[in-house]
Amino acid sequence: MSHQETDKRKHGRLVWGIVFVALAMFGFGFALAPFYSLFCEITGLNGKVRTEAVDEVAYDVDVSREITIEFVTELNERMPLAFSVETPKMKIHPGQYYTVKFYGENLTDRPMLGRAIPSITPGTATAYLKKTECFCFSEQRFEPHQRREMPVRFVIDPGLPKDIKEMALSYTFFDISDTQKD
Amino acid sequence: MTEATHEEYAIHDEHFAHGHHDEHDHHGPAKGFMRWVFTTNHKDIGTLYLVTALIMFLVGGAMALVIRAELFEPGMQYVDPAFFNQMTTLHALIMVFGAVMPAFVGFANWMIPMMIGAPDMALPRMNNWSFWILPFAFTLLASTLFMEGGAPAAGWTLYPPLVLQGGAHLPFAIFSVHLLGMSSIMGAINIIVTVFNMRAPGMTLMKLPLFVWTWVITAFLLIAVMPVFAGAVTMLLTDKFFGTSFFNAAGGGDPVLYQHLFWFFGHPEVYIMILPSFGVISTIIPTFARKPLFGYSSMVYATASIGFLSFIVWAHHQYTVGMPLAGELYFTYATMLIAVPTGVKVFNWVATMWKGAMTFETPMLFAIAFVVLFTMGGFTGLMMSISPADLQYHDTYFIVAHFHYVLVPGAVFALFAGTYYWLPKWTGHMYDEKLGKLHFWLSTVSVNVLFFPQHFLGLAGMPRRIPDYAVQFAEFNAMSSVGAFIFGFSQLIFVWVVIKAIRGGEKATDEVWEGASEHGLEWTLPSPPPYHTWTTAPDIK
Repeated sequence: MSHQETDKRKHGRLVWGIVFVALAMFGFGFALAPFYSLFCEITGLNGKVRTEAVDEVAYDVDVSREITIEFVTELNERMPLAFSVETPKMKIHPGQYYTVKFYGENLTDRPMLGRAIPSITPGTATAYLKKTECFCFSEQRFEPHQRREMPVRFVIDPGLPKDIKEMALSYTFFDISDTQKD
Repeated sequence: MTEATHEEYAIHDEHFAHGHHDEHDHHGPAKGFMRWVFTTNHKDIGTLYLVTALIMFLVGGAMALVIRAELFEPGMQYVDPAFFNQMTTLHALIMVFGAVMPAFVGFANWMIPMMIGAPDMALPRMNNWSFWILPFAFTLLASTLFMEGGAPAAGWTLYPPLVLQGGAHLPFAIFSVHLLGMSSIMGAINIIVTVFNMRAPGMTLMKLPLFVWTWVITAFLLIAVMPVFAGAVTMLLTDKFFGTSFFNAAGGGDPVLYQHLFWFFGHPEVYIMILPSFGVISTIIPTFARKPLFGYSSMVYATASIGFLSFIVWAHHQYTVGMPLAGELYFTYATMLIAVPTGVKVFNWVATMWKGAMTFETPMLFAIAFVVLFTMGGFTGLMMSISPADLQYHDTYFIVAHFHYVLVPGAVFALFAGTYYWLPKWTGHMYDEKLGKLHFWLSTVSVNVLFFPQHFLGLAGMPRRIPDYAVQFAEFNAMSSVGAFIFGFSQLIFVWVVIKAIRGGEKATDEVWEGASEHGLEWTLPSPPPYHTWTTAPDIK
């Protein structure tokens, strides 16, 4: 009977429609990865920091405001690196450039490749912290037992919202030596 | 080939070995074990799903008892912490993907064609495939228990980076999830196509039984979110083995992305488990209240609203990841909004019972317990939707109590209610009402002894997923464990009742329940129904 045939065609159309939606949703899951990054970058959520240097431009220094900035050094999964900062806490004025030194010492007998990931709290302050120099812009190579100084030069944009009086800049070092072996 | 044989092949292709038949309606199933392997009959496949779900329910339950035995008193008694974590993870994965979801697919397979006047599911061979994927998926998952490093132990959410630090289990667990996802998607396709294309003439959408409606909406949720989950676990796989950095901060990724992907799937997933329960309860209460369902169309719209809202509330599972205030507020309000359609449903169930000529057979008892206890679980959900309060409840036993209240006396009680309700129809024999009632009372009392104290533990700050605890939590934990063992062993009564009804017993009438033929087409069929039903479409009033 012919209605059997039309039934089949009817089913087929619907089935392929649904399969298409399922495949599209699979793709959507992957598309969420760049969307999410973009979203965090635009909104400054999640403390996601730009990892490119900005040009040094002169700001009007706002001496009337004093902001406490803390530097936090962390290691991922017991990475054998002695990672520290010269001044863990300092008071700064928006618009003025500061340089703070970080230190890293390879505690092993083999060369080590590390990558530091920055994060800023509160997240809303992220967009106002500008760095002209940072070890987080690139991978860091440490020869066996080498101790290195890693300066960070930064400025707080005077446009920083008035309610922010304290902020923290944290760096987590990841050991990526294994991923670079050829 | 004549047109007649062509049609026969399409509808009854399990008979291909018999060649041409003129009176194919009189044929029963093939004999022996191969009947179950090759079957394309919706009733057989429904049975396969239900039996699998029952076995997985007992396996997952045994794992829960390992957890509760260890937590009976403070200190480490029976298992080491790594195995404890494997038990919490596998218990959840097996109960979600092995017990609750397949059981509802089993109900759908058995009941949807009978309820809408269709001869079978629209795609019978795919139906066979979607079931037979399951045993392979669970073998993969269970095999991880015997591997170096053991089974996945990062919780059913499989959060990175923790899940990536385990042993050899990861690819096995992930491929198992892929297979389970494929099976669910095929099941969902089948249900949508069946309901859209195979309804008997006159069975308009707004005449569909509510169980069918809730399943259609569930099927759409499955189609939309299972692929996202499959994508997320695929990213875990490539992060671990192929050097990608979706969730690896060192490479520019972010582990929080996984949480967003997971809960984009995970929140609709919890409604995938509860919407068919709503359908079952909306079917049972009118029968035993001897009244039509109050507010049928509002029930349909409420279900659709819950389905839609489930997509836009996911981050309420992640209030503590450091969202901005606007995000916390949005997810708080959106989550609270879900209470509105859910409240409509609870109101309608109560209104259906209002002034009804109620009797309290086992299915109705379970349905009433569902309404009361599920609502309690809903209220604790409302408490946790408030993000500042949730910071206190997050990852404590309060959340464990909450989701077990909605899933055990919620989804699982709906499964019990549905099984008791339809068992006489499926087997043709009345189940043992005395044993059924015993099962009900033991389950209902013990499930509260099991989960109610966990609210207090959570509010007092006991964290979840940890095998030991501070001594001030000892009394409530002991109580909870006693409840767990009573609840666990009470389920053996259920198993016995089902086996007994399959083997024999008082003959069930076609209608089974007084006046039931007013409430659904399935009650106008004989008990048990013949192998093929509605080969000619019924008249819909």
